[in-house]
Amino acid sequence: MKFFNFHLMPYRHADLDAIERNGSAWVTFSNSHYDPQKGAELYHEYLDQMELADRLGFDGVCLNEHHQTAYGMMPIPGVLAGALARSVKRAKLAVLGRALPLLNNPLMVAEEYAMLDNLTRGRFIAGFVRGIGAEYHAMGINPVQSQERFAEAHDLIVRAWTEPGPFAYAGKHYQFNYVNPWPRPCQSPHPPIWIPSQGSSSTIRWAAAMRYTYCQTLSPIAVVARFFQMYRDEADKAGYQATADQLAWSNTIYVAETDEKAMREARPHLEALVNRFLKMPVEMLLPPGYSNIESMKRVRAAKVTGKTSSIEELVKSGVVIVGSPSTVREKLAEYQDLAGFNTSLTKTQFGTLPDDMTRANMTAIAEEILPHFRDRAPQGQQPAAAE
Amino acid sequence: MADHTASTIEVRGCKIGLMRGGAGRPLLILHGASGAGTWLPFMRSLADKFDVIVPEHPGFGASDTPDWLDNIHDLAYFYLDVLDQLDLNEVHLVGVSLGGWIAAELAIRSTGRLASLTLVDAAGIHVPGVAQIDSFLRTDEQRIRDFFHDQAHADEMVERLLRPELEDIAMKNRVETARLVWQPRGYDPHLHKWLHRIDVPTLLVWGSHDRLFPKDYAFAYQRLIPGSKVVIVPECGHVPHVEKAATFISELEHFIDGMRAAA
Repeated sequence: MKFFNFHLMPYRHADLDAIERNGSAWVTFSNSHYDPQKGAELYHEYLDQMELADRLGFDGVCLNEHHQTAYGMMPIPGVLAGALARSVKRAKLAVLGRALPLLNNPLMVAEEYAMLDNLTRGRFIAGFVRGIGAEYHAMGINPVQSQERFAEAHDLIVRAWTEPGPFAYAGKHYQFNYVNPWPRPCQSPHPPIWIPSQGSSSTIRWAAAMRYTYCQTLSPIAVVARFFQMYRDEADKAGYQATADQLAWSNTIYVAETDEKAMREARPHLEALVNRFLKMPVEMLLPPGYSNIESMKRVRAAKVTGKTSSIEELVKSGVVIVGSPSTVREKLAEYQDLAGFNTSLTKTQFGTLPDDMTRANMTAIAEEILPHFRDRAPQGQQPAAAE
Repeated sequence: MADHTASTIEVRGCKIGLMRGGAGRPLLILHGASGAGTWLPFMRSLADKFDVIVPEHPGFGASDTPDWLDNIHDLAYFYLDVLDQLDLNEVHLVGVSLGGWIAAELAIRSTGRLASLTLVDAAGIHVPGVAQIDSFLRTDEQRIRDFFHDQAHADEMVERLLRPELEDIAMKNRVETARLVWQPRGYDPHLHKWLHRIDVPTLLVWGSHDRLFPKDYAFAYQRLIPGSKVVIVPECGHVPHVEKAATFISELEHFIDGMRAAA
């Protein structure tokens, strides 16, 4: 299994009570709560953690993209990717953003990603996402056009990377007389493309058909397993057999000497992540047209956004893994076999977790977990997609 | 009480719902973001004197969602086609909220088939510095309440409209509304440049306490449409035709009668 150190770069000094009073850390949570002195230090703290991940032997580091929120300070992940391109010496560098529909000029992502691929001499992984619903409130992009803008921007970027320029492009949303980006990507034909999603069936079908690596965001492991099976089924339909390398699970891991200590230490920081930083009203999460009416109804009925979770629930349902080294090894092996993935996108910092605890956690994962999974692949037959 | 018929018509390959009742000069009502809904009391009253025609916009309710539908201009041209197909002349065009925006866009393109224009708490233009509710961050219940000044009236509407069997249509209407109004939020930055082209008598009816498009919008429209008149309905929110139906009807009839007297 491959391990990526996945960072959200939360503004961890945020006033959690103020977030609670506002009902969300997103869009309407005033940036007067952002202290630039503290924020500047945080950027360096988090970038240092990414560099540590490289030295500790993580296979890659992952950046993320969200807008107008204390949940994550990476509206433009390319800035941080640029900062890391030379200091992360060995690990892969993944941007699991760019929210393509938010862009009025997707050619700039073709350029930005190609530059990063050159800077890293081909260690770059290109993520394409739609962004979550809150982004459409924040950035003034019509959520009804989200899917078609994503599809068009993706096609344009991949063509820009693979077809000799210049050529003309005339889409519904984007038009160019000259598509001819310099530089071209370092990797041939282009950097690996990864598609993170909350589990939309159309996204899974498309990612499988395109043979892109599918990354499942924050979900209970049983749900992850079902979505990964859906991917394998879709690959079968597309006429090939998907490998575990095409599936990545985005999780949170915290390791301490004992289960009890790990739970005690992680609790406030993890609960701050899910119950404060992540919370938002359903109207913000799912603006009309962002997804189809059936999935909107499903999410509204489940009332997922308003729910408060305890660390016990998160651990029990396998959204996160928290415990002693042996507990974490045991769970991770069990989940890998259940869901059949070969990449772990692991948040080692989460919520309000301070720097010293994050670094201790990263070190523990690198020493106690990574070596045991280096050559481990999913074992046994993954169960069928039945509910 | 005049009765009405409900039917489906097809205009250039797009099937839409159409309610129609009464007799007299044609009075075409373009509905707002909540859809055409049912034959409302104000429609019934107006049908005593007019041939009241209430189409359901493409994309809303049981109407088709055509591939060509992207923005408000598409609907303005579509309704010009509807006027042609139904061969309506001397039409009193009444547009409510989102429908008011469509009506204004239609009228700057052609008033050839219009006798008058009435905009009711209409979207379509932007007035800087006026606070407006962001309805896309409101719950279903809040959104209904935002329409009304009198919250007792709102209680009744919440009970009537928030029913599970109406959920699918409500969500379809929300998606279509977002398509048309999300960005820029509820206006076309170019519309104001062309409102001077409206050369039929124009009435602007506004609720005194509209929190979605406050009455500043009525006066802004008045400055842009030559000779237009403003009527502010007191103690009233965003939907005077529902919340203050009697006042709304009498103001509209007074306006249309006045036109005839002047003619």
